[in-house]
Amino acid sequence: MLAVEFHEFYYRYPAARPNEAAPYALRGIELEVEVGEFVALMGHTGAGKSTLCMAMNGLVPQATGGAVRGVQRVLGHEARAVPVARLARQVGLVFQDPESQLFSPSVEQEVAFGPENLGLSVDAIADRVDWALDMLDLQPLRKRGPTQLSGGQKQRVAIAAALAMQPEMLILDEPTSGLDPLGTAEVFAAIERLCAEREMTVVLATQEAEQVAQSAHRVVVMSEGSILLDAPPVTAFMQPELLAQAGVAPPQVSLVAAALKERGIVVPAFHRLDEAEKALRGLWQHPHG
Amino acid sequence: MAELAARFRGVHYHYPGVPALEGVDFELRAGEFCALVGQNGSGKSTLAKHLNGLLKPVSGFVEVFGRDTRSQAVGELARKVGYVFQNPDHQIFSARVRDELAFGPRNLRLPHDEVERRVDEALDGFGLRAYADMPPATLGFGLRRLVSVAAVFAMRPSLFVLDEPTAELDWRSAHELLDHFRELHQQGHTILLISHDMELVAEYAERVLLMQAGRIVADAPPGAFFGQTARLREAHLSPPQVMRLAQRLGDLGMPPETLTVDAFADAFARLWREAHHAG
Repeated sequence: MLAVEFHEFYYRYPAARPNEAAPYALRGIELEVEVGEFVALMGHTGAGKSTLCMAMNGLVPQATGGAVRGVQRVLGHEARAVPVARLARQVGLVFQDPESQLFSPSVEQEVAFGPENLGLSVDAIADRVDWALDMLDLQPLRKRGPTQLSGGQKQRVAIAAALAMQPEMLILDEPTSGLDPLGTAEVFAAIERLCAEREMTVVLATQEAEQVAQSAHRVVVMSEGSILLDAPPVTAFMQPELLAQAGVAPPQVSLVAAALKERGIVVPAFHRLDEAEKALRGLWQHPHG
Repeated sequence: MAELAARFRGVHYHYPGVPALEGVDFELRAGEFCALVGQNGSGKSTLAKHLNGLLKPVSGFVEVFGRDTRSQAVGELARKVGYVFQNPDHQIFSARVRDELAFGPRNLRLPHDEVERRVDEALDGFGLRAYADMPPATLGFGLRRLVSVAAVFAMRPSLFVLDEPTAELDWRSAHELLDHFRELHQQGHTILLISHDMELVAEYAERVLLMQAGRIVADAPPGAFFGQTARLREAHLSPPQVMRLAQRLGDLGMPPETLTVDAFADAFARLWREAHHAG
C-alpha cells in the first residue's frame, strides 16, 4: 500500500510581485513511498526538500497558496481536497526548529496538547501521552519545562507531540540541524525505534549521510526542485558525482573504496563503518580476491 | 613569540542565575585556524561573544590583540573582530545586498571611495556581484549566509569568529564557505570556527579546543585531538568516520590519526603493498 503518491507534481509559491511568476519550487516530482518505509530526503539548500515535506501534509498549497498541478496523494487522500487539520491527524510534521513548535509549560502538557484538541477522554489522552513519552524515552523529563531541555531533548519532545496524535506517517524536516552529535544520535535512535516497533512511515529531510546509511531504506536526492536520484543507500552512495551535483556528501567510508581504486586496490563498495572494516580486513586476508 | 589575537585568563561569566563560563584560560595566536567544539550549552557562543566585547567577563579578563576588552567599546572591537552569527537573518537588515555590505565600512567612517572599493571586493570575493541590487530577503538561505559573511569581510577584521556558520548549509555550500576562510587564513587572518561537524573541523582547523561545562578541557591539533577517545566519548563527540575506520584497523598498522579519505587511502595502500610485496 502506498503512503505517498506524487506524479507529475509541480508547484510554485505565489509571486513576490504582481504580473510575475515565481519559479517552480517543485518540478515533475515522481515519488511513491510504501507504508512502513523510511525514506531520507537529501539535497542542497533550496533544492525543494522542505516544500516537498509540506506538500505531504497539504500545507502546500493549502496554507502557502501558489500554483500546483499533478497527483498529490497522501495515505489515499487527495492532499489538496482534505483540510490540513484533518490530514494532520494522520500525518505528523516536525520542523527544523523545535522552539517554533513548543509553547507549553511542561513536556507532558506539550505532548497532551494535540490529543486534547481531538476531544478525547481524559484517560485516552493520558494513555497517548504515556505511550508517546515512552517511545521517545522522555518519561524522566515529563515534568520539566522546555527551557530546561537540551536541543536534542526539545526535538524529541516535538516528535513526541506529533506522535501523540497517533499519525500513520511522520515527516521530519531537518530535525537535527543545529543539534550537537549527541542530540543528533538521540533523534535518529528515536526514529529507528519508531520504524522498527511501529512500522511507521517516515520521511526525513536531512544532511546526515552516515546516519542515513545506517538506518534509512531509501535515499531520495533532490536538486533544483526535481528528484535526481531515488535508490537504496547502498546504491545511492555509490554515485559520488551525482551526489556532488546535488550538494550531498556520501558517508566518508563510501568514498574510501573509490580512493583505494585510484591507487590500484579494488574493493567491493561499502557505505557503513562495519562493512568497510569487514571488506578491508577481507582484502588483507585474501589479497587476490 | 607569536603575536596573540586573544588571551583569556580566569574568565567567568554567568547569565542571570546560570553559570556559562567557569574559568576559561587560553590563548589564540594570530594567524591560527582554530576550531571550538562541544555540546549545545557548553559555553562556546558565550566565549565567542567575549571576543567582540558583546559580553565582558564577570571576573578574569580577555585581551584582544593585546588590549583588555573592558577598555574597548564594541564599535572599536568591531574593527578587529568580525563576528558571523549562526543565523544570517540576525545580521541582515538592509534593502539591497550592496547596502548591507556598505553598512559596516560606513560606520567606520571611511571615505566614500574606500567604502565602494570594499563593497566591490566583497561582492567579487564571495560571488555576489549578480545579486548586488537585490533585497537580501529574497535570496535563498545559502546566499543570505554569504551576504552575512561578505558584510563582515568588508570590515576587514583581523580575527573572524564564526558561530556555526555551516549549520544549515548543504555539504557543497559548507565547503565553499570554509574555502573562503581557508584563503583568508592563508592571507594571515585568524579564524575561530565553532562547529558540530567533526569532518569539517578535521579538514579545516589546525587546532581544536573542546568546551565542557564552561571550561576548555582539551586543546590539541586535530589528529591528536580526535585520538583522545575517552575524553571525546565523555563529551559525546566522535571523530570523523574515516578516522574511526583507521582506529578499528590499528592492528593492521593504520595510523590512528588519519583525518581524511585521501590520507586513509594513502596509508592503507602503502601498508597493503608492504604486506603483500605487490608494489
